[in-house]
Amino acid sequence: MGYDPNNPMEGRITDLGPPHYSKFLPPVIKDNKGKWLYHEIVQPGVLVHVSETGAECYTVRAASARLISIELIREMCDIADAHCDGYLRFTTRNNVEFMVDSKDKVQPLLDDLKGRGNKFPVGGTGACVTNIVHTQGWVHCHTPATDASGPVKAVMDELFEYFGSMKLPAQVRIALACCLNMCGAVHASDIALLGVHRKPPMIDHERISGVCELPLAIAACPLGAIKPAKAEVNGEEVKSLKVNVDRCMFCGNCYTMCPAMPLADPDGDGIAILVGGKVSNAKSAPKFSKMVIPFLPNNTPRFPEVVSAVKNILEVYAKDAHKYERVGEWAERIGWEKFFEKCNIPFTDKCVDDYRLAYTTWRTTTQFKYTSATDAYTK
Amino acid sequence: MAKHDTPLLDQLESGPWPSFVSDLKRQAETKPECWDILGQLELSYKDKITHWKHGGIVGVFGYGGGIVGRYSDVPTQFPGVEHFHTVRVNQPASKYYSTENLRAICDLWEKYGSGMTNMHGSTGDLVLLGTRTENLEPFFWDLTHELKQDLGGSGSNLRTPSCCLGQSRCEWACYDTQEVCYHLTMHYQDEIHRPAFPYKFKFKFSGCPNDCVAAIARSDFALIGGWKDDIRIDQAAVKEYVAGNYPSNGGAHSGRDWGAFDIKKEVLDLCPTGCMWMEGDELKIDNAECNRCMHCINVMPRALRPGKEKGATVCVGAKAPILDGAQFATMIIPFVKVDKESEFQEVIDVIENIWDWWMEVGKNRERVGETMQRVGLPTFLSVMGVEPVAQHVTEPRSNPYVFWKEEEVEGGFERNVAEFRKKHAM
Repeated sequence: MGYDPNNPMEGRITDLGPPHYSKFLPPVIKDNKGKWLYHEIVQPGVLVHVSETGAECYTVRAASARLISIELIREMCDIADAHCDGYLRFTTRNNVEFMVDSKDKVQPLLDDLKGRGNKFPVGGTGACVTNIVHTQGWVHCHTPATDASGPVKAVMDELFEYFGSMKLPAQVRIALACCLNMCGAVHASDIALLGVHRKPPMIDHERISGVCELPLAIAACPLGAIKPAKAEVNGEEVKSLKVNVDRCMFCGNCYTMCPAMPLADPDGDGIAILVGGKVSNAKSAPKFSKMVIPFLPNNTPRFPEVVSAVKNILEVYAKDAHKYERVGEWAERIGWEKFFEKCNIPFTDKCVDDYRLAYTTWRTTTQFKYTSATDAYTK
Repeated sequence: MAKHDTPLLDQLESGPWPSFVSDLKRQAETKPECWDILGQLELSYKDKITHWKHGGIVGVFGYGGGIVGRYSDVPTQFPGVEHFHTVRVNQPASKYYSTENLRAICDLWEKYGSGMTNMHGSTGDLVLLGTRTENLEPFFWDLTHELKQDLGGSGSNLRTPSCCLGQSRCEWACYDTQEVCYHLTMHYQDEIHRPAFPYKFKFKFSGCPNDCVAAIARSDFALIGGWKDDIRIDQAAVKEYVAGNYPSNGGAHSGRDWGAFDIKKEVLDLCPTGCMWMEGDELKIDNAECNRCMHCINVMPRALRPGKEKGATVCVGAKAPILDGAQFATMIIPFVKVDKESEFQEVIDVIENIWDWWMEVGKNRERVGETMQRVGLPTFLSVMGVEPVAQHVTEPRSNPYVFWKEEEVEGGFERNVAEFRKKHAM
């Protein structure tokens, strides 16, 4: 028996929830849960966790593209069956982890992974650039301002040496969200790539009253830029909307609520770079990412402007920051004016907050540093 | 044999990072609809714009979430992706799998879907990408009957809860994140599957203030582990670090020569509260001044451990920027016990307190963090039955606009202007 479309509720099971996690824990994990004493990264991508029982768990971390096929997952399963008693896990940053219970099982596992081309690069531990948390982009989403998987591939190809090494001042978390909805939650990342629109929505007068609740579309605008309006369609007057383009901040919330207000555009859309966010409470409090480059174009397939901007920021940081200093902590120590100078990024009005609560970011002290940007005053 | 030319995407096959394009091509050999994924994506790379239609409401009977409808806007060119709905499958806690389970999921997706997945979605679900409407019910039947598994959340409901790996493989976890995540996911199946909230609501469980699941940045209800007694010190291990016998930060910086480990420079001076010092070769901590940031423990994991009296801090109201700007979660309850014996009753009480209020006063599409902003923190604390303490703010207000209540002011607000005029001519 299977699903019967004539009796859809017959035999239906609901609200099972996920399987209990204990079914999926490798034995060494299950036996030592709550007993771990300490861990160490023995080489890039390889961790050992040591239990108070003396047991050891070696974890090998490998990258994945997140957008992966069942063929690739089956290949991961083959690896886990061969080396890890049939267990594996994924990290919150889209890496896959293979765990073994003794040191002598590590090298065969590493050799196996290495023998599979570029499918399972090992790394993503310690003071590195680990995998990029990202969204769907043009592969699946209806509101994106850029792609996700492509820019991630292009950036990580260029930053690859930092994935498999641990030579940065601290971990650098990169994230990409393909529009302002930020399914990728890039608002607290060391380096954030954010898809942005720059053209206001078009109004499809012919369809809007059929597919949208006009009051909901009006209410969707946080700046009150959408108003009721009459429009002419085939010689007849119809109820529609208009957008005060001077007030539009291109957030796209109207399009989320109303499909007759598309704003995506090949020339209008691109990627903004925000830096200096962090989630961890270690040393300094969690921080938001701040915009340093308001727009770079979607130059497919390898997004060269974005890749070089990210690499530049990363390498200036790597050279200048102190040990343990996250990107945001470094920028705050040297001052954002120095960040722009050292990274050779032009500062424009686009990086000055003029949204709500903007005043908290305005400088209300005489404590600042002179940089080349103030030469007009000092030279 | 490729169905479409993809000269732009082909350029994403080279390079050392895993290529999703090569992966899609391999999958297309057995799932030909993957050629149409590649074909439509190539068109997007050429046109620099998405080719997915807006929305599309699909689902399985009795559930209001778990499936996201998606349709191609160029279906005649790419019929294999005409329907391309996403299925969110509730992941097991901390994303551990047996290969047996993963293979069963792969087989199911080979039968009913495109063969492409996201491991995992941003909220934590195992995401299966691309199927047709008529496959949804048969898929759900097999998922529940054969795999005994279930869908996650989407829409204005409790989204699929997620947790860090916690005590399963981390020495710092201050409570069992997996167990509370599993327990509450089961406890709130109705809230996950049948949207009844003003907007989405997310739970995230992090075992310590390092917050590996970004609870403070991404969840409406963040439970972040902590302790209330003293950091445990192994002085012998401290000496090993000072002597350079143990690698600092668990070896996280071993790829560069940062010089010999300097406990003053790397630990004492970076402590945000300056509550640590050396007396000879003994490390001392004034624990009353510690704010549990984790830095010293991160740097010397073999010498320092969280205390023994463990629990968690409740923070509420994080969200991404749409609409009023991004918010971190605000610290509301300094310490709760996360106690399996009581079936996490202390945590459940807090959650239901928030929901009872938010479901009544929250506006349509208003995250709880936005509702909190709208009514103000004092009102929210009073709703929560929490006495305001200085820990709730980073600094006291600097404006004088206090909303005094009538009962707080001697004699109340009622006054007689005629009596006033007798003494105060205009």
